[in-house]
Amino acid sequence: MAFLDNLPILSLILAWPLVGALAVMFAIKGDEAVRRFSLFWSLVPLVASSLLWWDYARRHGHQGLAYEEYHPWIPSVGINYHLGVDGLSIPLIFLTTLLTVIALWYSSGVIKERVREYFALFLLLQVGMLGVFLALDLFLFYVVFEIGLVPMYFLIGVWGGPRREYAAIKFFLYTLAGSVLMLLALVAVAFNTGSFSLVRGGMSSAFTPAAAVPFTGDLGNPTSMVAMLCCLGFLVAMLIKVPSFPFHTWLPDAHVEAPTAGSVILAGVLLKLGTYGLVRVVIPLFPAAFSALALPLGLLAFTSIVYGALVAMAQWDFKKLIAYSSVNHMGYVTLGLVAATAAVNAKVPAGGEAAMLESINAARVAAMDGAVLQMFTHGIIAAALFLIVGLIYDTRTHVRDFRVLGGGLWRTVPKYGTFLIIACFASLGLPGLAGFVAEFLTFKGAFGIGLAGNGTLLILTALSVLGILFTAAFYLWKPIQMLMLGKQNEKWLGTPDLTRSELAMVGILTFFMFLVGLWPNSLMATIHPASQALVDHVVQVTEDSGHSINNVAPAEAADAAPSP
Amino acid sequence: MPHIPSILTHFSPELILVVGMLLVLTYDLWVRGREGLQANLAIITTVLALVATLVLWVTMPGSHPVFEACGPGAKAGTCRPGAFISDDFTHFFRVLGLLGTLLVLISGQTYMRGRTAFKGEFYALVLSAVLAMNLMAGANDLIVIALAIEFLSITSYILTAFLRHDGLSIEGGLKYFLYGSITSAAMLFGMSYLLGIGGSTSVPALAAIARNPELAQVQGYANIMLPALALVLAGIAFKIALVPFHQWSPDAYQAAPTPVTAFLSVGPKAAGFAVLIRLFVGSFSSLSASWLGTMGLLCLLSMVVGNVAALTQGNVKRMMAYSSIAQAGYMLLGVVSLGGKTLMGLDSVGAVLFFILTYVFTNLGAFAVIIAVEQATGSAELGAYRGLMRRSPLLAVSLVVFFLSLVGVPPLAGFVAKFAVFGAAVTGGQVPLAVVGVLTGVVSVVYYFGVVREMFFGASEEGQPGPIRVGMGTTFVVLVALLMTLVVGLWPEPFITLANNVAHSIAPALQAAGGH
Repeated sequence: MAFLDNLPILSLILAWPLVGALAVMFAIKGDEAVRRFSLFWSLVPLVASSLLWWDYARRHGHQGLAYEEYHPWIPSVGINYHLGVDGLSIPLIFLTTLLTVIALWYSSGVIKERVREYFALFLLLQVGMLGVFLALDLFLFYVVFEIGLVPMYFLIGVWGGPRREYAAIKFFLYTLAGSVLMLLALVAVAFNTGSFSLVRGGMSSAFTPAAAVPFTGDLGNPTSMVAMLCCLGFLVAMLIKVPSFPFHTWLPDAHVEAPTAGSVILAGVLLKLGTYGLVRVVIPLFPAAFSALALPLGLLAFTSIVYGALVAMAQWDFKKLIAYSSVNHMGYVTLGLVAATAAVNAKVPAGGEAAMLESINAARVAAMDGAVLQMFTHGIIAAALFLIVGLIYDTRTHVRDFRVLGGGLWRTVPKYGTFLIIACFASLGLPGLAGFVAEFLTFKGAFGIGLAGNGTLLILTALSVLGILFTAAFYLWKPIQMLMLGKQNEKWLGTPDLTRSELAMVGILTFFMFLVGLWPNSLMATIHPASQALVDHVVQVTEDSGHSINNVAPAEAADAAPSP
Repeated sequence: MPHIPSILTHFSPELILVVGMLLVLTYDLWVRGREGLQANLAIITTVLALVATLVLWVTMPGSHPVFEACGPGAKAGTCRPGAFISDDFTHFFRVLGLLGTLLVLISGQTYMRGRTAFKGEFYALVLSAVLAMNLMAGANDLIVIALAIEFLSITSYILTAFLRHDGLSIEGGLKYFLYGSITSAAMLFGMSYLLGIGGSTSVPALAAIARNPELAQVQGYANIMLPALALVLAGIAFKIALVPFHQWSPDAYQAAPTPVTAFLSVGPKAAGFAVLIRLFVGSFSSLSASWLGTMGLLCLLSMVVGNVAALTQGNVKRMMAYSSIAQAGYMLLGVVSLGGKTLMGLDSVGAVLFFILTYVFTNLGAFAVIIAVEQATGSAELGAYRGLMRRSPLLAVSLVVFFLSLVGVPPLAGFVAKFAVFGAAVTGGQVPLAVVGVLTGVVSVVYYFGVVREMFFGASEEGQPGPIRVGMGTTFVVLVALLMTLVVGLWPEPFITLANNVAHSIAPALQAAGGH
């Protein structure tokens, strides 16, 4: 598919939904036409991103950055329009295009009011999401990171639930508050490095138009005050978006009030902007500072995992339960990233250093693999779960409370029940389904690092396992036992089961749960080289700056060390 | 003898304004009762002045002093520098002022119809206000600065109180007048100190003295410089409406006829910054130790008070008053960041000029919508905006875009402007002020989105009021502002370059200082 090199394929993918939004706003007449047009229009980026992925595997062998586009944008400040993709972003671009199609498909059945505005905003939202996964320039990254805010604000505020206005403004304020600090950090980074490029050092393939500018000044020391403050500026923006405890309180409100398709996109893609920002911006730019923050970040990850699961357990609202379970699941991503960059102080018998370093590296890459994979799998699973809640709430029962929905729903709507149970099992991490692979890899890597020589991380990881237990408990207890099993609630007798198109929407997502669960290599082939490269970059940069995260010393030398 | 050809060329935009103003006045004397033509005359005059400015800018770059005071017998070189200077910086503010006024005149064309019988006076006053702004942009002598500020103030007082049967309008005008007289007195007092120290009212002469290193040795010199500059700053801060010299502005903004409010929110502010930058950055940058702290405090207070006080306003014009106080705080942030290193090619003064440029278009766009809504509903209260999305999608969507630009959401012009100013602040060592700035910017979302909420989420109470008919003039202004907000946001390069070049023309010394 060599023609992909001659096309600005990434720009086309990015601009396509924008053109669609404008067409919906100004050119298409009639609600039904708008619905149909938007759905078919959104199929094109899905096809394009699938082609892109296939071509990336075939011709680039899953290696390095590809399809880069580079044009000066604001030359007097050194800002460029720079796009490119690699193994970290390609799965997420595919996820975005897939979930947009499903969200629009679902919306075309349930959105009856202000149809034109809804679909135009949704397509606009897609531009922002795709842009984040494509941008390789800090300024551009910030621009697209923010663009999605406004459409989401309106999607929640106009088409949301009873407390939509509160939820919408809360979502907007939280996210904006995080990003404005990122703006200051961004300026400081550009000022200290002389470039807005995100592609520097070992991160890029051969193509480095921005001539990989090294850190200078105070940023030359990656653990300096300036580097730490800049890192924190970016970190807060990302942690709010993830969202990690204690910045998560916007999420339940936004999720519960958003229309179903909004929740699908929010959980499926928007949360990933935060974790993607961590792997694309924070870790590559501030490896040493991020590593130095391993303890507080690990504590936040642990709290998100366990507290998120416990709060989810306490919910009677189906949608709220899934919202809090997202806090829990995104916690695994943070944990994996912390493990992949945490410092290790290992004592080994003489001669065992090389083997030890190798096993540490393997553990780091496993944790990184797990974290990146978890972004994709949570995207699929959480989207499916929100869709499932929407299917019962929007058009069937108009109730989400487990106590009112009562039991025996599986017998009333067997197809619906089956998919619900599969999605719940996928979410709680049943082997054979997608969630398990990602969580297993994350814990494998985190335990590996912990055992190699990071006691704090070991304890945090061990405690985080509790999260898996609690997750299993609330899924089995509430959606499965209370809703599906038990005495049939006669109120819902005669509720229609899934229609053919609803079956197809849920079916597609379920297919991916099985695909990743049974054949993880379908994704890992793409993700693994990229996370390997990122880990290598972190190890290299920290070592060069004298803050190595792999401290492997012979045991004898350590014993001799105390004599001055 | 003044050099007449030089005056005729380099002072031509102002001369056109004078002629136009007299024409509007006399036309009103002879032809009573005919609708609309006074406004058209004013628009034509503004366009001509604008064209003259652009021609001057393109064909005669560089700085051209006007009204040089050379006696008949004086030797060359002993001339007193021109009281007015026509340079890139003057052109920049002339263009902004004239363009802004043009947009106000077009969007407010029908507003005054039926509200006043004295249309000739009204448009003549608007033209004299522009004239005053142009004088401020090029004023190169303390006397001219003081007179131009007084001139602009007095026309502004009358314009604010123009609806003389409306008690609020009179009250707003009177408050404006009382505050204005006191700050003018303070400014003149400060200027008298400068005259005493420098022995001249000419700004270049004073600047030369300020740069003289021997001056710092003079006993008690710093003690007298600080109050002198602070008093001058007070007079300018009043025109810009910086906290704590802002109390007049919410009342005046609310009470004035809405096109006048629109004018007040951009014209005097831009002109005030022209004087501020020419005087403090262009001439007294070597004395920055005497004024930087005071200005930083004004900046901090304006950002915080403006954004917080706007939260509780139920009247959109009043809210915009506080919003523009906050915006002026952001502009000042760029001024106090001077002297630091720059982010690539981005000069701190250039950032301020770029910010003002985007602010003029964004704010006037927002006011065009406010004028249209007020003409349709008779009110500028929050409730008047309920369900605007259904009544006029163009007005509602445009107002959202303008508000988002004022908040600083990409990819709009206001975002790039904030990026430039905060970038200057971070690299210029004003990080704490920048942090306060961005966080108060988040606060501003709450009040802007209070209006957005009404427009998009609010259902109309009394049935379904019909769609709003938007006049040609308003549509034109809204679309121009919308276009500028998007174009400057997506392709800021030419505008940044322009602002940077203008900044370098005013502060070459600064540029040299930044170089090493």
